[in-house]
Amino acid sequence: MRVVFSLMFLIAGVTCLAQIKSLPSVNVKTLEGNQFNFKNIENNGNPIVISFWATWCKPCTKELNNIAEIYEDWQDETNVKLVAVSIDDRRSQSKVAPYVNSSGWEYEIYIDSNSDLKRAMGVSTVPHTFLLDKNIQIIWQHRGYVEGDEYELFDEILKL
Amino acid sequence: MKKLFLIALLFTSYSYAQEGEIHGDFQLNLQSYKDDARIGAIAPDEIILNNSFFNLIYSKGNFSTGVRYESYLNALLDYDSEFQGNSIAYRYASYSLDNLDVTVGNYYEQFGSGLVFRTYENKGLGVDNAMDGVRVKYNILNSIDIKSFIGKSRTYLEYSDGIIRGIDFETNLFELLALENSTNLILGSSFVSRFQKDNNPKFNLPQNVGIYGLRSNLISGNFNYYLEYVHKYNDPAGSIADNSNNYASGNAIKTSLTYFQKGLGFSFDAHRVDNMEFRSERQQSKEYIINYIPTLSKQHSYTLLAFYPCATQSNGEIGFQSDLYYKFDRGTKFGGKYGTKININYSRVLALDGGSSIKNDSIDFTPTFFGSSNELFYSDLNLELIKKINSKLRVNSTLAFQKYNKDVLEGKLPGEYGIIESTIGVIDATYKLKRKHTLRTELQALLTDDDDGSWSMALVEYTMSPNWFFAIQDLYNFGNDDQKNHYFNLNFGYIKGSNRIEIGYGKKRAGIFCVGGVCKEVPSSNGFSLNISSSF
Repeated sequence: MRVVFSLMFLIAGVTCLAQIKSLPSVNVKTLEGNQFNFKNIENNGNPIVISFWATWCKPCTKELNNIAEIYEDWQDETNVKLVAVSIDDRRSQSKVAPYVNSSGWEYEIYIDSNSDLKRAMGVSTVPHTFLLDKNIQIIWQHRGYVEGDEYELFDEILKL
Repeated sequence: MKKLFLIALLFTSYSYAQEGEIHGDFQLNLQSYKDDARIGAIAPDEIILNNSFFNLIYSKGNFSTGVRYESYLNALLDYDSEFQGNSIAYRYASYSLDNLDVTVGNYYEQFGSGLVFRTYENKGLGVDNAMDGVRVKYNILNSIDIKSFIGKSRTYLEYSDGIIRGIDFETNLFELLALENSTNLILGSSFVSRFQKDNNPKFNLPQNVGIYGLRSNLISGNFNYYLEYVHKYNDPAGSIADNSNNYASGNAIKTSLTYFQKGLGFSFDAHRVDNMEFRSERQQSKEYIINYIPTLSKQHSYTLLAFYPCATQSNGEIGFQSDLYYKFDRGTKFGGKYGTKININYSRVLALDGGSSIKNDSIDFTPTFFGSSNELFYSDLNLELIKKINSKLRVNSTLAFQKYNKDVLEGKLPGEYGIIESTIGVIDATYKLKRKHTLRTELQALLTDDDDGSWSMALVEYTMSPNWFFAIQDLYNFGNDDQKNHYFNLNFGYIKGSNRIEIGYGKKRAGIFCVGGVCKEVPSSNGFSLNISSSF
């Protein structure tokens, strides 16, 4: 029990010091089957949105479909890039590319097959959305999605 | 000693924290219970139960270390009661340097599709079979990835007896041969072996049990083709009783084909599985499984569509599933003003012709390779239509026809329940009241003459982006002649950034819940719940 307390105490102390800012060095896969180290994500000094999703997750596909309708406007205005990380495991992985293309998404897609990136970024449930500034530092994040959340996200992008 | 080490580790992290980064996440799930004879809910003596998790990760450059504190006081009823007490159940340290990646302590790993080996965690289901040991990954010539590990696998809060060793190679052939090509051919092979001492006085059991896999993935333009074959050497369960040990080997073949273009997507998945449960101990028990056979059916998210879920029969099955996605463009007859999307999915899973190898005592028995018996395990035909009616209203509708072999999928006696045939309809309508205020309703019906009879469900949800949500739902067993039970639920929550607090009250139905090929039976319950989740 003492150990637990000292651990909690330490954690409390440590959490005051810093927050997750940069992207972890974790390998994910592209739709072409290539390995990609996620810390190498970049967008020429423009903002990046990272969204964790799965083909079976209704709020996730709702979020990405809603953004898809206004994505062109977002890009024109802010040069933002959306990176959608699918946590579909092998059961539904073969649906990812067909789903993305039939929906006409123009996002950069990665597959996190065994949730390694999800764990490294502290994502416990999907959808979970992050916003990164020009230095690839995480400056904002949001858990879950309800209709209209994309407006808050865009307001945050505009602040950059 | 272990705890001292941990504290030392944390102190080290602490002193470096100014330069490195600390982050993590927290989850609290609290539930109160009361007796409800009508739905068969029995309150535990504790009245309130709790599952909580706290992850802490420290990283600096290529170095990373982390711990997870897990608290089960005592575990929620839908968890196994073996989860009990507090534990730092997960801790690791890792670094990478010049293509070499080393992890000591706990890690999760998957080879190929997972048919040979997969360890993972799913907090919602109470599954965590993390490895504890050493893992090394190395990349040669920028084109061959080698992963190897040794360790023990976790079950509940303990580690299994078996020592698991594994190695996996993967390469992109065209990259390796430095061919300028837009086509990728990815080849992989893996070998995993478990050591456990033979202490059976009667039988001569293999102390080392191996499993190997070969896989290929061809990706060219809009096509993707995947093929994997795995073989498991004989792995008798080690029972001392006569006739209980089966020395049959196992195998599985899995294939998938996908095609897509803008507005159209197609996928086809098939597998044949015979005696393919691979466990961390010489046991017959599911808690020790360390490989993964993906279920061949759509993972439904609406309650009544997932009422009778398919579960993989790793002892033996053959089946396929196929998906078609199509988008009717805006301005066309079916597309209307905003376009219309459809998804058709069909899956069908059957027993192997002649039964599986494990069910037959003779090692000589092998079921025919490409045959199936007439015994249906599961089938599901479903059609989903997604339509934006106008700028305020969007409707998703689904119609499904399912067949569910309850005897096999829930491990009942043959002929006890038979096949449950159901027709399911779902209408999900989202109406935007204001820019950030939305009303959503779900109407669902499951019609069947079998099992407990027909069910309906209605849900009303009101959300105020980005912070608030309220939901009321009722599940009603109207087709049951004995007891027409209502399962009423009320939920509301507050979300701010990465913090989420949800309070709920209501009844839960007893039933089968599945995620990732693992299913568990959950008892019915009645009470309040509090869920807090947060990341930093």
